[in-house]
Amino acid sequence: MHMDKLIIDKYQPVIGLEVHCQLATLSKIFTPDSTEFGQLPNTNVSVITLAHPGTLPLLNKKVVEYAVKMGLAVGSTISRNNFFDRKNYFYPDLPKGYQTTQDKAPICIGGAVKIKLKNGEVKNIRLNRIHMEDDAGKNLHLAEETDTLVDYNRAGVPLIEIVSEPDIRTSEEAYAFLGEIRKLVRYLEICDGNLEEGSMRCDANISVMLKGASEYGKKVEVKNMNSLRNVQRAIEHEIERQIELVEKGEAIFSETRQFDATTGDTHGMRAKEELNDYRYFPEPDLQPLRISDQWLADIKSTLPALPAELYEKFTNQYGLPEYDANVLTDTKEIALYFDELCTHTQNYKAASNWVMGAVKSHLNELTLHIHQFPIKPVALAQLIALIDSGKVSNTVATQNIFPEMLKGTGKLPLQIAESMNLIQESDTSSLQLWIDEALAANPAKVAEYKGGKTGILSMFMGDIMKKSKGKADPKVTTELLKKAIENLN
Amino acid sequence: MNIDQQTIRGIAHLARLEFDAKDEASLLTDFNKILTWMDKLNELDTTNVAPLIHMSEEVNVLREDVAKVTLSHAEALFNAPKKDSDYIRVPKFLG
Repeated sequence: MHMDKLIIDKYQPVIGLEVHCQLATLSKIFTPDSTEFGQLPNTNVSVITLAHPGTLPLLNKKVVEYAVKMGLAVGSTISRNNFFDRKNYFYPDLPKGYQTTQDKAPICIGGAVKIKLKNGEVKNIRLNRIHMEDDAGKNLHLAEETDTLVDYNRAGVPLIEIVSEPDIRTSEEAYAFLGEIRKLVRYLEICDGNLEEGSMRCDANISVMLKGASEYGKKVEVKNMNSLRNVQRAIEHEIERQIELVEKGEAIFSETRQFDATTGDTHGMRAKEELNDYRYFPEPDLQPLRISDQWLADIKSTLPALPAELYEKFTNQYGLPEYDANVLTDTKEIALYFDELCTHTQNYKAASNWVMGAVKSHLNELTLHIHQFPIKPVALAQLIALIDSGKVSNTVATQNIFPEMLKGTGKLPLQIAESMNLIQESDTSSLQLWIDEALAANPAKVAEYKGGKTGILSMFMGDIMKKSKGKADPKVTTELLKKAIENLN
Repeated sequence: MNIDQQTIRGIAHLARLEFDAKDEASLLTDFNKILTWMDKLNELDTTNVAPLIHMSEEVNVLREDVAKVTLSHAEALFNAPKKDSDYIRVPKFLG
């Protein structure tokens, strides 16, 4: 479906996202069952998960702390008095007959996420709330089976649901918002942020209205978008589908639609599943949760440096270009490695070039984590210093010394350069000797240079490099060479 | 307050309950009795009174994040009306 841009431009899409993040706790939100992924079906379960009569849930303290961390990172107001609600519905993935969630009193209220767009614009996407709830089990509908198979390992895994205000206007903004949330949960280490494996999931509420209209159109919820790219595709498709309906004068139904990644299409779910009346009421089995000043301060003190703070530091304090700061803060591990590197060197731009270039490409090539990277920041800083002092050239550092350091022998860059005989010759007396030799061997070329063919200088440089076996410091040599040739009669 | 047949049927559907016309009539009577009593409570002015959600004063009944095995796989499946060696089986509800 490709629509005339002129028609699309008449409309204003309005988008809100709901992002579910599985929290990286060891045990479930209300029971001690393990949350480990990939276990045999129905092994991470307990009588509470299976909803046996008379069993009582107990809230996992870490879930509260992780939810508060996220709230603090996005500037939410943290609710001090919390309780849970039951959201009632019957479905085999939920033995209790209700999801335990926070309808009336979400733990985090408000807040905002800053997104950066390709055109350089920075936009604030406000959040409505973040609340805690339990995940459902998994239903398997296999074609060859007459039954639906149910696995309760996931039932009770803790989730936070992050709900944005309808501030998002384009699929690019939605992509950027989700990317920013993923970056944050990874920095906070509260969720692995893996959309493909479902530890992070996203639903989008989408409507369109004519530009300048004061009332939003009917909203449609799109589910099942299991990658950042698919979120963008699904939203683009849904916007065009709705515009097409409006253009034809047809009505848009408020419904839930599933995204199909293979066709790039969305299709409506059965109307029957839409007939939900959740009859929320307060969960009597869980005692109220009160977050004291002290507890809140304790959680605050565990917050790591966040991407926005590091970005500020890298651009302001280290004077790096925005591009560099973006790349370097993409993951916490790289950002922290770089930040540590900068405690050992003042040449921040060189440090940035090394990390964005040689370091990252080595990690990517071997799919290594920076923790497994054999070169400590302090050693890399020494290599940078070695180049800055003129003892080795950038080329020699990249092609000879860096690969040697990657072997992880722990040898210092200077030791490597010395043992491999790579120290650049900037001692003027030996340079002078090679220069004099080169000039003496080519009086004709000297005359040509004097006659105005200054390009001949590079030929002499080549000669001298050969004599020095590549170790002549090019900068010093060029200066000396010019002086020598001009002094010749 | 009066509840109608439509509402009774709606609630019955949400609760997955089935009953015949005779039971429906008596449920309607019972519901209405209860709701009339509730109407009596509604006569009280509760402005500025926070809802009472819990009967006990206890707060922050929490557990540490420690994973434990409390049920074996066999025990977990023991009460399921239909199962195989791994899964609990239910009638198929999606194409």
